[in-house]
Amino acid sequence: MAQVKLNRIVKEYEGGVQAVKGIDLDIADHEFVVLVGPSGCGKSTTLRMIAGLEEISKGEILIGGNVVNDIPPRDRDIAMVFQNYALYPHMSVYDNMAFGLMLRKFPKEEIRRRVENAARILDIGMLLDRKPKALSGGQRQRVAMGRAIVRDPKVFLFDEPLSNLDAKLRVQMRTEIKKVHQTVKTTTVYVTHDQVEAMTLADRVVVMNHGVIEQVGPPTELYHKPATKFVAGFIGSPAMNFIPAKLANGGAALNIVLPGGISLPVPEARAKRYAGHAGKEVLFGIRPEHLTEVRPNDHRPNLAHLKLTPEVVEPMGMETLAHIWLEGAEVVARIDPSVPAEPGRALPLAADMGQMHLIDPQTDRVI
Amino acid sequence: MSATAATPSAAIPGLGRRIGSLRKERRWALITAYISLIVAAIVMLAPPLYMLLTSLKTSAEISNPVGTPWIVRNPTLDNYWALISDPMFRGFFFNSIKVTVCVVVLTMVISVFAAFSLARMKFFGSQVLATGVFLTYLVPDTLLFIPLYQIVGALGLLNSTWGLVLVYPTLTVPFCTWIMIGYFASIPKELDEAALIDGANWMQMLTKIFIPVALPGIIAATIFAFTVSWAAFVYPTAFITRPDEMPLTIGVVSQLIRGDTFAWGQLMAGALLAALPPVIVYAFLMDYYIAGLTAGATKG
Repeated sequence: MAQVKLNRIVKEYEGGVQAVKGIDLDIADHEFVVLVGPSGCGKSTTLRMIAGLEEISKGEILIGGNVVNDIPPRDRDIAMVFQNYALYPHMSVYDNMAFGLMLRKFPKEEIRRRVENAARILDIGMLLDRKPKALSGGQRQRVAMGRAIVRDPKVFLFDEPLSNLDAKLRVQMRTEIKKVHQTVKTTTVYVTHDQVEAMTLADRVVVMNHGVIEQVGPPTELYHKPATKFVAGFIGSPAMNFIPAKLANGGAALNIVLPGGISLPVPEARAKRYAGHAGKEVLFGIRPEHLTEVRPNDHRPNLAHLKLTPEVVEPMGMETLAHIWLEGAEVVARIDPSVPAEPGRALPLAADMGQMHLIDPQTDRVI
Repeated sequence: MSATAATPSAAIPGLGRRIGSLRKERRWALITAYISLIVAAIVMLAPPLYMLLTSLKTSAEISNPVGTPWIVRNPTLDNYWALISDPMFRGFFFNSIKVTVCVVVLTMVISVFAAFSLARMKFFGSQVLATGVFLTYLVPDTLLFIPLYQIVGALGLLNSTWGLVLVYPTLTVPFCTWIMIGYFASIPKELDEAALIDGANWMQMLTKIFIPVALPGIIAATIFAFTVSWAAFVYPTAFITRPDEMPLTIGVVSQLIRGDTFAWGQLMAGALLAALPPVIVYAFLMDYYIAGLTAGATKG
């Protein structure tokens, strides 16, 4: 087990296209770090550089304190789980898991002990004699994880391991991966484009975009204190609402003026932080879960009331999503399913201004 | 909406008639297919059948045809016994086996290694080289034997089966390499990456992953190499004149035709015996051959 350190890592392809633009990252021993971002953001490339499957154009990668830039994958003491499982089709499940140990000339009894142990952890003991083609997607994914576990490597690398599974199985395997990590505690780097996976699995989430790291932090921190508009919009589902607004200086207090003249008071605690932007154009960000129906006896401080007319109403069962268009900006409110909401009928809503964010449209950074 | 979906199909006008016409169309397609297949089978199978019938006739019956030649009046296996008991014919057979086994082994070793490196190792000029390999296959042997004659002669290998072992791969290696490149390329890249991380070097990756996974392709290429070297005619005709070094293909023709005397019965028997090994090989490995040639056509 070991820590992983990335020092100003750059990946440049022929023709000068930079996939990764000089990122720094420290991953502690036993930590579960998730790299998340849209496709093409450089997360997979970063993972493959850690694995040794891509050459590093500039910078250094250290695993367990050693620079591994020029060390081939087999000597980096890492194990990787691929999106399409990459099981050897001609080998049984047992041989798939034992292959890495056999190549490393482990004694037979030791191989058997390790494979059986991993099979027990993953509950695939009864599949050991089968060939991969006789397994379901979830079982294949377990075998791929087993192949990683038996090696007892310094670092586990996961490259979108759940993307090929159906939604239900994905949720189940997500829990499985978390359970495995709690058992074996190996340092893990996990790549996904699914922010839910990132939030649920990670000790720390690394949000990447266009080859740079936007923000690193524990899931709740990213959710509550996003550093940039990208992170604010990427983390959380449904995504945060962004409404072009003006920060107006209404005497002693600051007000946010939305399209259509709706004015919302800025909580006092934030006034000092936003003072420098008074009178300027801003982006008002509020999550759908903080824009709800008006509840009786609601004691949340900093509630602002407003009346909006939804154009589309989506009942989801446990909640209802109301889509409102405010002069071009789409706003989603998350309301209780018991509240009668109809398209075209004005709906009284409560905005929790204590949870709002303001974004500088010039820099796209959260103020 | 759901009510409409629940109504029986008969209620939809024209549907019943359309199903009927579909069945009719299918019947016509089948009839056409059967007719063309039967015609093709007759055209393809008539010559070998005629060979078989001729090989079972005595020389007297062949040279003195009475009535239809498609009936054997006095069937005999004499032609076969004469060939099998002839040490020279057994020598032709042995030469063919020797040359073919050597060529197949040589071809497969070269083309598996070549295809693996061309398909998987990115190196300078690998693309050009892969195309180049295939282009050499397009040069016909009827053209190639002239310069090759000089080369084989310079090496002192004229009139030697070893000369054939040297030149047949010019026909087999390019095509086999091409088949194998296609097959190796159809193996997902993650498989070698997984092997790389599991600790395999290039050689282990080839022997433990690529060769077992690509076995249908390798068998297809092997059958091709076998067929080409077993049936080669131009090169041995050009390079071999000594009977004891001749393979079957030219041995049968050169030794059983003396001037203008054709030993038809033995010729046909010899040709059929020569055709037997490929038929046996194909019969057992046909499925692999087809799987190998169509690899990568569909994702599976």
